[in-house]
Amino acid sequence: MIKKLISILIVFVLGSAVVFFIFKSEPRLNPNFEAGSSFFKNSPFRLGLDLSGGSHLIYKADVSGVKAGEVSVSMDALRDVIERRVNLFGVSEPIVQVQNSGFVSGAEEKLIVDLPGVTDVEKATAMIGQTPLLEFKTEAPVSTTRKATVDKNGQISVDLNSQFVSTELTGRYLKKAILEFDQNTREPKVSLQFDDTGTKLFAEITKKNIGKMVAIYLDGSPISTPVVREEIPNGQAVISGNFTPTEGKQLVGRLNSGALPVPISLLSRQTIGATLGEAATSAGVKAAIIGFLVIALFLILWYRLPGFIAVLALCIYITTMLALFKLLPVTLTAAGIAGFIISIGIAVDANILIFERLKEELHAGHTIHDAVAAGFQRAWSSIRDSNLSTIISALILFWFGTPLIKGFALTLGMGVVVSMFSAITISRIFLSGFVFIGESKVARFLFSSGLSK
Amino acid sequence: MFIIKHKKIFISISTVLVLLSIISLFVFKLRVGIDFKGGALTEVAYDTVRPAQSDLDAAFKKINLGSVLIQPTGELGYIVKSLDLNEEQHTLLLKTLSQDGKSSLKEKNFNSIGPSVGRELTRKAIIAIILVSLGIIFFIAFAFRKVSRPVSSWKYGLMAIVSLLHDVIIPIGLFSLLSHFYGAEVDTLFVVAALTILGLSVSDTIVIFDRIRENLKNNTKDSFSETVGKSLDQSYMRSIFTSLTVIIVLLSLFFFGPESTKYFALMLTAGMFFGTYSSIFLASPLLVLIEESQKQK
Repeated sequence: MIKKLISILIVFVLGSAVVFFIFKSEPRLNPNFEAGSSFFKNSPFRLGLDLSGGSHLIYKADVSGVKAGEVSVSMDALRDVIERRVNLFGVSEPIVQVQNSGFVSGAEEKLIVDLPGVTDVEKATAMIGQTPLLEFKTEAPVSTTRKATVDKNGQISVDLNSQFVSTELTGRYLKKAILEFDQNTREPKVSLQFDDTGTKLFAEITKKNIGKMVAIYLDGSPISTPVVREEIPNGQAVISGNFTPTEGKQLVGRLNSGALPVPISLLSRQTIGATLGEAATSAGVKAAIIGFLVIALFLILWYRLPGFIAVLALCIYITTMLALFKLLPVTLTAAGIAGFIISIGIAVDANILIFERLKEELHAGHTIHDAVAAGFQRAWSSIRDSNLSTIISALILFWFGTPLIKGFALTLGMGVVVSMFSAITISRIFLSGFVFIGESKVARFLFSSGLSK
Repeated sequence: MFIIKHKKIFISISTVLVLLSIISLFVFKLRVGIDFKGGALTEVAYDTVRPAQSDLDAAFKKINLGSVLIQPTGELGYIVKSLDLNEEQHTLLLKTLSQDGKSSLKEKNFNSIGPSVGRELTRKAIIAIILVSLGIIFFIAFAFRKVSRPVSSWKYGLMAIVSLLHDVIIPIGLFSLLSHFYGAEVDTLFVVAALTILGLSVSDTIVIFDRIRENLKNNTKDSFSETVGKSLDQSYMRSIFTSLTVIIVLLSLFFFGPESTKYFALMLTAGMFFGTYSSIFLASPLLVLIEESQKQK
């Protein structure tokens, strides 16, 4: 008896710990979330693009120019370059992955880019597809007409672009860029090292423009306009714009990420607005709660005391799953939430099989104690077999699936496995704890079910 | 015993339902979505007033975007279906929808799938369907390896597969109705629903077959049809209840859940419902039918 009570106590303590974890790590539930420890803060629910809003891009990589044995190497290089570019957007948790050609996935080498929160695909694809454009421009001859505008306050501003003309020197001739800090002012600056051609071009430009300005343009806008003091023959230049260390680091990253190793073209794009995703999330949560309540009501009304225990086990099941979603972590999509909701329905199947068996054993004249033991034991083979087929489907769907199918298969498969544990082990611990209530009429009523008295 | 006595009626009901589903499938056909055939879907919501559909139709006729299908959605929105769009075409589409900026709008959802991605998904779906079917068949063979008297174990498996087909064909037939009358499209989730029904349907049949297996072992006096009838009497309640709980959550998903999984939930509900029906009223009666025809030989 003491053993049983200790088991029940352990389940309660573990269950409370899981609930505590979910509560602490959910900003909407925990008012002191910001003050919490980083462990809790780093365990949010991960929402897929269809729930959080964002863009899902599929690129085709043209590897026809790459030798057969080097395809996967150049695809990895491509992923690294794109990843570096994507990281510069400041997107939280972008995913860049290579999908190699194969029997299942088709003959094309693909690159899949997920950008949560980015809904301006045009801008995103532009930034992914383009090498950052670094240009060096020199002052235009005095004779050129300059555009100027007068703003509301009567201030005249000269359009910088009309002041400069392009030169041949661009980021193409860049060997590498390094972030440095000025030894005196501690200001961040980016030092550039040109390759051979670049060095020659740069020497020529600086030689011709001593005393004049040379404008350094990035993606079409000037970031620095230093005055040339002398010819620079060694191919080294320094950009000391007014940027913060972070901006400097980003610039260096973009410049170094360089050109793409293989050309890419966009095959498919998907953008989901944030509001649509939010609506889907709250609808999914609502459906889960309503489904749970109706099932709980049914279990308690029909199966009485064992039903109540099944509801307890179901609560533990749900919190365990939620904690697993946070800890593993599992990226939740609308289909994934659907899989989880279905698994709530499946989770009580095992309990129903057990309780029906329990009822039979009671009718056969066994004591409550024996009936509980037999119910669990004899229902096991059908519980095992009936869940296995669902696990098989989930496994294959997960193995072959697109992200959408994967989300569903993962939550459903995990749900079935976890529920076999919760419905059998946990309800068994609780139920055998209740056996002490004896064999009175009331006790037999509580353990019976349905319309029987 | 009621079910076994009237087994021919129940088997006929199932046969008729399956035939109707197949006819509906051929008459109404399934509408294939952009997941599989490629194409673009753009959903926009206007800020204040939604322009008339005829105006937009006329505007799209003037530009070269191929066939464009516009459907109203919500109070201020349209869903536009077209061929897959590149960036320029996408911009042009949005510009046309906003009537060159006159009606301001927000793009809520944009999905453009190239034909090669669609082909890839089709191939994946077919492979998944084949593998799940094989997996389930092997599983059934495994689960019933021990029962072989008086009906051999592969016949149990065969009956489980017959009821499996029954459970998948009827929801697909229903979906063809939805496809015809409500414009539901076959997408990835449709395939997932069909494959999930495969998994769930077997589990239901197994609960009852498991009981038959146990009763056959313990009770050698009764005839086969009596044993099956008794097993059904003992287990139909739990079979209905285990399905009921899944149907409860599926209905909750259908009525309150996200828009994107509505048809998915509906199809699964139908699959669960007919799955329960088939495991009680089809699979076991068929077993008895087989055993009787064996005896006559």
